[in-house]
Amino acid sequence: MSIQTGSAWVDGSGSHLAKYNLLNRINWGRFSVVAIPMLWLGVFFFVPFLVVFKISLSETAIAVPPYTQLLDWNLEDAYVNLKLNMGNYLFLFEDSFYIDAYLSSIKIAGISTFFTLLIAFPIAYLIARSKPTTRALLLSLVILPFWTSFLLRVYAWMGFLKKNGLINEFLLSTGLIDQPLIMLQTDFAVYIGIVYTYLPFMVLPLYSALEKMDITLLEAAEDLGSKPATSFFLITVPMAMPGIIAGCMLVFIPAVGEFVIPALLGGSDTLMIGRVLWDEFFLNRDWPMASAVAVVMLIVLVLPIMLIRNSQGKEETV
Amino acid sequence: MKRRSLFLNTTAIMGFIFLYAPMIALVVYSFNKSKLVTVWGGWSLKWYGELFRNDQIIDAALLSFKIAFISASVAVVLGTMAGFVLSRYRRFRGKMLLAGWVSAPLVMPEVITGLSLLLLFVAMEGAFGWPSGRGTSTIIIAHVTFCMAYVAVIVQSRLSQLDETLEEAAMDLGAKPSSLFFLVTLPLIMPAVISGWLLSFTMSLDDLVIASFVSGPGNSTLPMVIFSKVRLGVSPEVNALATLMIAVVAIGVTAAMYQMRRQAKLLEKQE
Repeated sequence: MSIQTGSAWVDGSGSHLAKYNLLNRINWGRFSVVAIPMLWLGVFFFVPFLVVFKISLSETAIAVPPYTQLLDWNLEDAYVNLKLNMGNYLFLFEDSFYIDAYLSSIKIAGISTFFTLLIAFPIAYLIARSKPTTRALLLSLVILPFWTSFLLRVYAWMGFLKKNGLINEFLLSTGLIDQPLIMLQTDFAVYIGIVYTYLPFMVLPLYSALEKMDITLLEAAEDLGSKPATSFFLITVPMAMPGIIAGCMLVFIPAVGEFVIPALLGGSDTLMIGRVLWDEFFLNRDWPMASAVAVVMLIVLVLPIMLIRNSQGKEETV
Repeated sequence: MKRRSLFLNTTAIMGFIFLYAPMIALVVYSFNKSKLVTVWGGWSLKWYGELFRNDQIIDAALLSFKIAFISASVAVVLGTMAGFVLSRYRRFRGKMLLAGWVSAPLVMPEVITGLSLLLLFVAMEGAFGWPSGRGTSTIIIAHVTFCMAYVAVIVQSRLSQLDETLEEAAMDLGAKPSSLFFLVTLPLIMPAVISGWLLSFTMSLDDLVIASFVSGPGNSTLPMVIFSKVRLGVSPEVNALATLMIAVVAIGVTAAMYQMRRQAKLLEKQE
């Protein structure tokens, strides 16, 4: 009813009433459902990156907060001074330490992702081929560690890998080795930590891809004389490809910026960019340098990943 | 066929052993009397007593639960709004932007999210005096921001699987947008909303990196306390704490599995 009277006003009279009507016609319910989450993400997700970019162009200072202002002005002397410091970025590219850290993060995350895939595939295959009742049990067994604390799962490996830890005790008692192996605080421990903590992320998408696969395809291939290994690489792997890609993304993306695993399991020479950023911030208290590391990480690592994800999303909808 | 499945089963079982051996060792050693974590000194509940007498851990745990509860609840509201808008609203200005902002936190390294939010809080404090100092409220804001993205994705995917005719029928029968949402859509997406809340709660409870950046002095969450203890080496109290956590999760997952099995049995019967 009210809408009808509103439009009758517009028909009959002048422009200021039309304007009033337009204001009324905005659907405030609809508007706020869009605006509230957008405002939140805009302020607390998007704007922070602008702040990081700004601070990456400043210099460290002994002050609170510990960086210089880019812009300083004095109204009496009528000057505005804008000072952009490129020093952090130059240093980042001059000192091979940072470039090595980026490359080494990609290497560690890539190798770990590959091993996660190798271990996850048989598990996912077994679950997908089991009866619905056992399937529920096995799936819960994979999901359970995912709900427990990430930090504590990494910690569990410290007890396993250290010099007088369980693995060394076991190997010493069987006589296979006579000197304890140094495993904790090595790159090896970091690989184990990543594979272990991210295994559920790989199993679940693989499982959902393999579950959809039609088993009669394998039977048909066998009838036509294909060896199991051939059918596996020519049928199962291509059919599981969406799951393989999704799983690899889910493991590689968080692994590349990982901090906790290299900090607890890695040695002092284990270079990963997440840890470099953390140390730059918390140990050196160099906020501008930490910001520059973050900006380059965003451009070199995160943006390409987002572009790949987007292009995949489009393929799926097509 | 038979030989291959034997190979498959052994590798899969080895995978499960790999997944569970460290956790089982953690549980067993939490009952160890000896302080030396690798020497077995007999069964004892000593470390559980120590754990409950440790005020630092108890305070941190209470703070973490409080933060996780509030963050998950706010994130569910905001995330459901975002997910609803993305799947049900036809084109509007800024839809692409919102879609980007919802998916980006999922691929953002934690160190970057933490650093950028801290720098924002510091800059905001300098500009308008809020938030004055950092603590519980800044951790909650940070957790809401990354959790709402996960909720939005879950809700959005649930809505896209949903039959839109129910909502259309309600609209045809004259339901107002608000009653349409609360009486029809929300009950239909409730499982997704609940799992979004649980996921947010767990992620907030588990977060070390972001909380370390945005918390202030005297506001250590449980992961921050565990991290500082564990960094110095293995600690039997942390083993006890881990065992309690594993027990709670195991009970929850078993209950969920029971439900899944019942549904699977129903499915088998139908077939």
